[in-house]
Amino acid sequence: MPELDVLIEQACNGNRRALSRLITQVERGDDSAETVISHLYPLTGNAHIVGITGSPGAGKSSLVNEIAKRLRHLNQRVGIIAVDPSSPFSGGALLGDRIRMRDLYGDSGIFIRSMASRGNLGGLARATGAAVKVMDAGGFNTILIETVGAGQAEVDIAATAHTTIVIEAPGMGDDIQTIKAGILEIADIIVVNKADRPGADITVKALQAMLQLGHPAKTVHHGTVVDVAGVPDEQSALSWQPQVLESVATTGSGVDDVVDEIGRHYTYLRETGRWFEREKDRSRQEIEQLLTARFIARLVALIPQHERDAVVADVAARRQNPYAAVSQLLEKMMSADFQNLPRG
Amino acid sequence: MEEQKIRVLIAKPGLDGHDRGAKVIARSLRDAGMEVIYTGLRQTPEMIVEASLQEDVDAVGLSILSGAHNALVPRVITLLRENDMGDVPVFVGGIIPSEDTVALIDAGVTAVFGPGTRMDVIAATIRKAVAERA
Ligand SMILES: Nc1nc2c(ncn2[C@@H]2O[C@H](COP(=O)(O)OP(=O)(O)OP(=O)(O)O)[C@@H](O)[C@H]2O)c(=O)[nH]1
Ligand SMILES: [Mg+2]
Repeated sequence: MPELDVLIEQACNGNRRALSRLITQVERGDDSAETVISHLYPLTGNAHIVGITGSPGAGKSSLVNEIAKRLRHLNQRVGIIAVDPSSPFSGGALLGDRIRMRDLYGDSGIFIRSMASRGNLGGLARATGAAVKVMDAGGFNTILIETVGAGQAEVDIAATAHTTIVIEAPGMGDDIQTIKAGILEIADIIVVNKADRPGADITVKALQAMLQLGHPAKTVHHGTVVDVAGVPDEQSALSWQPQVLESVATTGSGVDDVVDEIGRHYTYLRETGRWFEREKDRSRQEIEQLLTARFIARLVALIPQHERDAVVADVAARRQNPYAAVSQLLEKMMSADFQNLPRG
Repeated sequence: MEEQKIRVLIAKPGLDGHDRGAKVIARSLRDAGMEVIYTGLRQTPEMIVEASLQEDVDAVGLSILSGAHNALVPRVITLLRENDMGDVPVFVGGIIPSEDTVALIDAGVTAVFGPGTRMDVIAATIRKAVAERA
C-alpha cells in the first residue's frame, strides 16, 4: 500500500481508491487513524453533515437515495455513510443499505460507505466521525449519515450532524415510542415517510401536536389560550421550528420539499451563527471523548491489573464506596505519573 | 488491539431473480464474525467493482445460478485489476461445471464453492485468503 501521505494527497485530488483506503485506516482506530486525521483536519469543516435517523424499516436508505439524487442535480458532491448494527454475538454484521441506493451507481460525484457499529451504542460507529472527516477533506459538499435505526437514544447523530432528520412511518405505536425516546428533541426536520400508507395524516398531526408542546407559540393562562407575549421578535426569528414533511421514498414524492428544507436549515445555521455553535459543540464532545478514552488508557497503563481488581472487589464487598475508590485510583495515578514516567 | 474485521462483499450478478443462496451465505459469514456488504439482485460487474472499491473490501463473493459465470466472473476480475484491486480474492458460489471451474481458477478466482459446501469451510477459506493477501 502506498505511504500515508501519498494516500492523503491522492484522496484530496479525487482518487476514490485512496479515499476508500483512508476510511479503512480511520475505522481501524489505531495510530494511523490519528496520523490521517491530523493531516486532514485543516481541510475539513466545509461539508454540510446531515443525519438521517428513525426506526428500522422506516425508509431511511430509500430516502437517502432520493435526497442524494436531488443534491446531485444541484451539483453537489455527496458522501454517504450508512451504519448498521454489529451482532453482539459474533461481532459480524450484515450491511444491506446499499440495496436501496442502486440508483446512485456509476456517478463519480457519489461515494457510499457502509459501516458496522462495532459495539458502539447511540446509532453510529465509533469511527463514523472520522470517516466523515475523510469525506469532508475529500471535497464532498454534503455528507448524509444513515444511523443504525434502533429508533431510540440515537443521540450521537445530533452531536455529529449539523442537520438531523428524523423519519417516522405511519402508525401510532411509533409515535409513542418517539416521545419516550425523546428523539423529537434532536430533530431539525421530521419526515413522515410511507405517506402512501393509511394513517399518515394522523401521524403528521400527532407529531405536529407534540412539537407544539415542545415549542409553544401559545400558552394557557387561567384556562384560556393566549399568545405568548414578551418573546422578543429577534429571538423567535433566530429560533428554528422543525417542520413535519411527508414523503414516499419509493417514488420520490415529497422529497423535493425535504431537500429544500435541508437547504433552508443550512442557510439558517449559517446566517444566525449557529453553524459555528454546532461546530463548537461537536469539538467539545470530541475532545471530551478522546480525553476520557486516553485518560482511562493511562490509568490502565499506570495501575497494575491486580490493584484495580482489588479496588473493584472492595467496592463490591462494601468495604469501600465507589467515590472513595475513584479518588484513591486517581491519587495513585497522579503520583505514579509524576514519579515514574518521563514527561511528554 | 482488537483483531481486524474482515469486510466481504456478497453480490448476485446476472439476471435470475432470486437471491436466497446469496443471503444464506451473507448471514453465515456474518455469524462467522465478518462484516458483509450485501448489494442485492442483478448486479453488473461494473456495479460490483464500484461497490467493492467504495467499501474497500478484503474479499468479493459472487453467487451465480444463471450459468453466465464464464462472462461475468472474468469481467469482475478485469475491472478489479483496472481499479488497483487485483489483489482482492474473488470467490464464486453456485452450480459450476468442473471444466468451467478450472477456467475460472485460471482467470484468477481463488476458490469455487459448489452447492452443499459447508459454511465453515467457506468462512475458513476466505479467512485464509485474506490473511495471505495482507
Ligand atoms: N410503501 C412504501 N414503502 C416504502 C417507502 N419507503 C421505503 N419503503 C419500503 O420500506 C422498506 C424499508 O426501506 P429502507 O429504505 O430499507 O428502510 P430503512 O429505514 O433504511 O431500514 P433499515 O436500514 O433496515 O433500518 C423497503 O421495502 C422499501 O421499499 C414508502 O415511502 N412507501
Ligand atoms: Mg437502511
